Amino acid sequence: MNLLYRWPLRLVSLTACLLFWQVAATQRLDLGLITFTYVPTPGSVLEAAVALLESSKLLAHLSSSLGRVFVGYLLAVLAGVLLGLAIGRSKWAEDSLLPPLEVLRPIPAVAWIPLAILMFPSSEASMIFITFTGALFPILLNTIHGVEGVDPRLIASARSLGAGRLAILREVIIPGAAPSIVTGLAIGMGTSWFCLVTAEMISGQFGIGYYTWESYVIQNYADIVVGMLLIGVLGMGSSALVKQLGAWATPWYRIKGKH
Amino acid sequence: MSAYEKAVEPGRIDGQQLSIRLGQGAQAFDAVQCLDFSVEPGEFVCILGPSGCGKSTLLGALAGHLQISAGALRVDGRVVDGPSPERGMVFQHHTLLPWCSVLDNVAFGLKMQGLGKAERRHQAGEFLRLVGLQDFALRWPNQLSGGMQQRAEIARVLINRPRLLLMDEPFGALDAQTRSKMQELLLDIWTRIRTTVVFVTHDIDEALFLADRVLVMSPRPGRFIEDLRLDFPRPRHASLLTSPEFVRLKRHCLELLRHEEGRELPRLTPLGLPSADFPPLRIAL
Repeated sequence: MNLLYRWPLRLVSLTACLLFWQVAATQRLDLGLITFTYVPTPGSVLEAAVALLESSKLLAHLSSSLGRVFVGYLLAVLAGVLLGLAIGRSKWAEDSLLPPLEVLRPIPAVAWIPLAILMFPSSEASMIFITFTGALFPILLNTIHGVEGVDPRLIASARSLGAGRLAILREVIIPGAAPSIVTGLAIGMGTSWFCLVTAEMISGQFGIGYYTWESYVIQNYADIVVGMLLIGVLGMGSSALVKQLGAWATPWYRIKGKH
Repeated sequence: MSAYEKAVEPGRIDGQQLSIRLGQGAQAFDAVQCLDFSVEPGEFVCILGPSGCGKSTLLGALAGHLQISAGALRVDGRVVDGPSPERGMVFQHHTLLPWCSVLDNVAFGLKMQGLGKAERRHQAGEFLRLVGLQDFALRWPNQLSGGMQQRAEIARVLINRPRLLLMDEPFGALDAQTRSKMQELLLDIWTRIRTTVVFVTHDIDEALFLADRVLVMSPRPGRFIEDLRLDFPRPRHASLLTSPEFVRLKRHCLELLRHEEGRELPRLTPLGLPSADFPPLRIAL
């Protein structure tokens, strides 16, 4: 309801950014530290975008990127949630699984690229692995955090009502951790896009990241921005999708909005 | 015949030389020590004592959430070994599952028994009627007031037809008016579902109003220092609180509890020592 009067300001802000871009690019603004000399104008980016839409390449790039994200992310969801539930619930699992994961966690997915290329038979598999690594840790850590945050009184009272170990996991732990898991899934979606694009730039044949980098190599500067925008839109769209699915799955959970 | 009128077999409690130790290492202490007591089937017993005296700890042991460190604790001759739906527990703050409707929360115990959805919802509906919440069956728990949440909690425990109904200051967080309504409602329910009730409170009025028998506990280590039998006629109403005999007993209890003044102890819970509100975040996100 308060969205209506907030939209004008949002639109003005967006327009101002576009306007600055247009002016800076046409004037070839040179600020010394940063230069807009080679930055394409919004108009030429739009043209390049239309050209890409009309060409047959877009579908190939999109489908290979989406396919990699889908597979890598799905594997990360499975591994992250299952490991997170085990680590959050069992001291034994925590002691045996968490230390190696703690060592691997600070390594950025990008740093995995060289080794991934050596380890996997195809570049396709190595890129999926990079995507998986990027999404795994946010999902894993948020799941652990959610499981440990479940009110011990809820568990005690479910036991008093006759719930066994499995029933507690199903009826108390998983729904109790769900809001936190959903947060992890949304963050993981973002990082997996980020990692995929980087991986594609280095070892891809098709894909949005590959397209963006290739445009730079062949000096198609307008296409670079088209690629960047595509990455932004796809990342935003998939995060929004995950959040929406999450909200449907946790209807009792409402975060109060800013006033 | 409605679902809740099926016979309940009230349980008998026997405690012998019962001690419960809390904490670890050098900080460990006996929350209750060498308790000898028994509760008859169908009795309504209040355990009265100041904050932190170990009364909730004893309740936690009865529920099976805490282990006793010495002595014996039996319900109907069987050693208490872990939680059981036969010993239902109501906490000070409700523990309804936030992700289930009020109806499904009440039906939870039946779900654990493996009853089908239609049957358990039917029975849960009857228990909601018993506590006057039939119009709120499909709400989320956090949409109810504090008093309603506790009523739902009571219904959820009673649907298992427990031998013991264990209550840990269940109305302690409610405002005075709601609290007195809840006390009358509880007594009304208890006339229909005649189970053994162990009710922990630090409120003298509440204990004297509700109970057949009041066990007064001294703080750390918790021991029973008085065993009062009350024969106020039932049904009881709020007017009882101003009767001369009630006032005399209240004065007696006040004196018993006054001995311990000047020593303030942190609250204990039926799950042991109170924990931090949030678990420590071991991993940076």
